[in-house]
Amino acid sequence: MRILTIKALAVCAATTVLLTGTAMADIGRVKISVGEASIERGGELIPAKPGLVLDEKDVLVTGANGRLGVTFVDNSRFSAGPNSRVELTEFTFNPTTHDGGFETDVQAGTLAIISGQIAKKTPDAMKVRTPTTILGVRGTEFVVEVAN
Amino acid sequence: MKSIYSRVLKATLLLAMLGLVACASDKVTLLPGADGSTGAVAVLSDDGGAVAVIDKPYQVANVRDGSVSTEQSDAASVSAQYGSVLEGLPPALSNYILYFQTGTTVLTDESMPKLSTLLEEVRTRPGSEVQVTGHTDTVGSLEDNDALSLQRAETVRNLLVERGLDPSLASAVGRGERELLVQTEDNVDEERNRRVEVTVR
Repeated sequence: MRILTIKALAVCAATTVLLTGTAMADIGRVKISVGEASIERGGELIPAKPGLVLDEKDVLVTGANGRLGVTFVDNSRFSAGPNSRVELTEFTFNPTTHDGGFETDVQAGTLAIISGQIAKKTPDAMKVRTPTTILGVRGTEFVVEVAN
Repeated sequence: MKSIYSRVLKATLLLAMLGLVACASDKVTLLPGADGSTGAVAVLSDDGGAVAVIDKPYQVANVRDGSVSTEQSDAASVSAQYGSVLEGLPPALSNYILYFQTGTTVLTDESMPKLSTLLEEVRTRPGSEVQVTGHTDTVGSLEDNDALSLQRAETVRNLLVERGLDPSLASAVGRGERELLVQTEDNVDEERNRRVEVTVR
């Protein structure tokens, strides 16, 4: 009985690892982290160190003295200023065709964006949501500021 | 004794302040790109149609309670306002173009030394990663060229890993004949298009 339970647990753990493995698509990486800067993932705050791999649904979070610079696999680049919350809501990308969709939700603060291959291939495939509107990105460099 | 007017004025100011606090406003500022060209950003409605488009350097769209107004700013004001967040952008990627000796998976003598240069850049660039992208010319089918370009990319990725690159930092991608360096018709043998580009990001 006990052995069975352990076996079941082991299978469970293996399945979890497998599922996490497939869900963990490398969508981008942290490049610059200054002051109070973290990645919120599944309710947990992870310190944003350069090289940290980003995942869909991650939230870039900075404090009053914080700044966060990240790059994405489609060559997009972000810089989040102080007191920002930026959710990477959706990121799909085919590196062969450059088809994809990239949706970011700027909930607070300031975000500078240089768009990459997704926006270049398909205008408006990259979208930025703010509390009041949705932006369609047709290239390439701009700043979004959310004032609450 | 305070006049009734000053009381009304105070009340109005208070209401105005409350109003400002309650309604969120967003601001989008378009910048000239590094290559000198300027793109565009559209403010979209719920059905995806463009309500407003900014497409000039330093043009600003203000969005408040569903209404959009645009204005023209300038380099100096934008730099004063957003200088530090713009400086916080990660540096542009580096691209290395590598060529193979005709009909082989052996790099040319000119391309070989680039491997150590790019690996040195990987070591010095914080949080860096490498993407190896293979390209073909237009000879052959799209599918065959996708496969061939991926093979070329994997060959170079292996060379880099053999020289010490952490495999978790390196990906290989095939772009087939979609991104020609030299534009040609279909089925044209063009050695400058048969290449691998290594991007250090």
